[in-house]
Amino acid sequence: MKDKLSLKRETAAGRNNQVREGAARILFLAAACVSILAVLLITFYLLISGVPAIAEIGVFKFLLGTVWRPGNDIYGILPMILGSIYVTAGALVLGVPVGILTALFLSRFASRRLVHLLKPAVQLLAGIPSVVYGFFGLVVIVPLLGGRGSMLAASIVLAIMILPTIITVSESSLNAVESSYYEGALALGATHERTVFSIVLPAAKSGVTAAVILGVGRAIGEAMAVIMVAGNQPRMPQGLLKGLRTLTTNIVMEMGYSADLHREALIATAVVLFVFILIINFLFSLTKRGKKT
Amino acid sequence: MNRQKISALFLRLSVYVATVVTVGALLFVVGYILVKGIPHLSWKLFEWRYTTENLSLLPALLNTILLTMLALLIAVPLGVFAAIYLVEYARRGSRLVRIIRMNAETLAGIPSIVYGLFGMLFFVTALKLGFSMLSGALTIAIMILPVILRTSEEALMSVPDSYREGSFGLGAGRLRTVFRVVLPDAVPGILAGVILGVGRTVGETAALLYTAGTSSDTVSGIMDSARTLSVHMYALSQEGLYIDQTYATAVVLLAIVVGINAISAMLARRVSKRRI
Repeated sequence: MKDKLSLKRETAAGRNNQVREGAARILFLAAACVSILAVLLITFYLLISGVPAIAEIGVFKFLLGTVWRPGNDIYGILPMILGSIYVTAGALVLGVPVGILTALFLSRFASRRLVHLLKPAVQLLAGIPSVVYGFFGLVVIVPLLGGRGSMLAASIVLAIMILPTIITVSESSLNAVESSYYEGALALGATHERTVFSIVLPAAKSGVTAAVILGVGRAIGEAMAVIMVAGNQPRMPQGLLKGLRTLTTNIVMEMGYSADLHREALIATAVVLFVFILIINFLFSLTKRGKKT
Repeated sequence: MNRQKISALFLRLSVYVATVVTVGALLFVVGYILVKGIPHLSWKLFEWRYTTENLSLLPALLNTILLTMLALLIAVPLGVFAAIYLVEYARRGSRLVRIIRMNAETLAGIPSIVYGLFGMLFFVTALKLGFSMLSGALTIAIMILPVILRTSEEALMSVPDSYREGSFGLGAGRLRTVFRVVLPDAVPGILAGVILGVGRTVGETAALLYTAGTSSDTVSGIMDSARTLSVHMYALSQEGLYIDQTYATAVVLLAIVVGINAISAMLARRVSKRRI
C-alpha cells in the first residue's frame, strides 16, 4: 500500500518534470525565434510603408532623380545615394590603410606590454558614442576645412569611427595565421617586415576583407556623426570641400516634420539603405564561407 | 642587400606611423573634449530640474539609466534563452540554427536609424505606444539582442562538456543541468555581452530620436517621452547656443564609456583567467 503510493508520487513527479522540460524547451525555442521575427517585422514594416511611395513616385524617378524638393513633391534620392557612397569611399581611403597597418603593428610588431596598452585604447575608440565623434568633427575638423560641413569632414570623422572595427577584426585574423608560414619565410631569408607584408597579410586576406566590409557597413549606416559635419545640402555631390547629404541623414533631417508622401519617401530612403546593408551582409557571409573551405 | 634593408625600414615605418595616427586620433578626440569640457562641469548641471536657464543634464542621465535597464530587462532574457536553445537544445548545424544565426547577423548589421524608423512605425504607431520610454527601450532591445545572443552563445559553448555529462550522470534533467551547472559557469561571459549592450544603448541617438522622443524632463513613467544623454547632447549641439554645456555632456558620456570599458575589460580578464 505504502509502496504503491510512493510509486504514484514518483510518476507524478516524473510527469511534472517532463512537463517542465517540455515547457522550457518551447520557451527557449520561442526566444531563439525572436530574431527571425524581428527581421521579418522590420522588413515587412519598411516595405509596406516605403514601397507604395516608390511606386507612386516611380522607381526610376525615385532612384535616379537628381532633385529632392519635398515642397514641390519631387523626390529623387540619387544625390543621397551618391553622397552615402562617396562619404563611405572617402572613409575607406583614409581609414583602411591606417587600420590594417595598425592591426599589423599590434599583431606582429608590438611588444606584449604595448599590446596591453593599445588594446584598451582601440576598445575605447569603439565605445565613444557617435554624437561625440560628430561634435568633435563639428568643433575641430569642420573649422579646419573652411568652416562649412563637407564631404571630406564627414569622411575623416567616419574614418576614425571605422578604425576600431577594422583593427580588431583584422588583428584577430592576422593572429590566426599559422606560425609555420612565418617561420618558413624567415628560414628562406626574408626579413621580418617582408614576411609580415608578403606572407602573413595575404594569408589573412579573407579576415581583412571581412573587416573592411564591416567597416563599410558601419560607415554607410552612420547617421548622427555625419549629420553634424556633412552640411546636409540635398544636391548632387559637388566636391571634397562641398556639403552633401547621405541616405541616413536625409531620414534624420526631415522625419520630424514630414507627412504623407514626403514621410513615405523618407521611409523608402530607409528601404534603399536597408537593401545596401543586406548586400553588405551577403558579401560578409561570402568572405566567411571562403574561410571555411 | 641594402635595398632589402631600405624596404624593410620603410615597411616598419609605415606600421609605426599608422599606429601613431590611431592613438593620436583617440588622444586628440578624448583630450580635446576633456580639456574643453571639464571646466564647464558644474553642480548646476546636475540639478533635478531642466529649465531653459539651467540646462541640467541630470534628467537625461536618469532617463538613460532607466531606459538601459528597461531594454536589458527585455533583451537579456531573450538573448540568453535563445543562446541556451542554440547551444544546449538544438542539433548542432541544423537548418533552424543556421536560419536563426543568419537572422541574428542581419540584425547586427542594420543601421540604428533603420531601427529608429522601424520603432516609429511599429512600436510608436502600430502598437500605439507613442513617443515613450517603452517604445525606445523595445527598439533598443531588438538592437542589442544580437550582441547579447552572440556573446551568450560563446560563453555557453566555452563551458566544458564534462560538466554537462557529470550533471546528467548524477540524474539531473536537461533544464536543471542548464540552470544549475552550465549557466553559473557562463555568467562572466554573458555579463561581458550585457556590458557591450549597455555601451551601445548609452551611445545611441538615431534609434531613439523618433521612438523615445526628445522631452527634456525626467520621466514619470515608462509611457513618457524621454531623451537620453546622447540625445540630449545632440539636441544641445543642434541648437548651437549651448556649446559649453554640450562639451560638459560629452565629458559625462565619455566618463560613462570609460567606466563601461573598464568593467568589460575586468570581466574579460576573469573569463580568460579561468580558462587557463
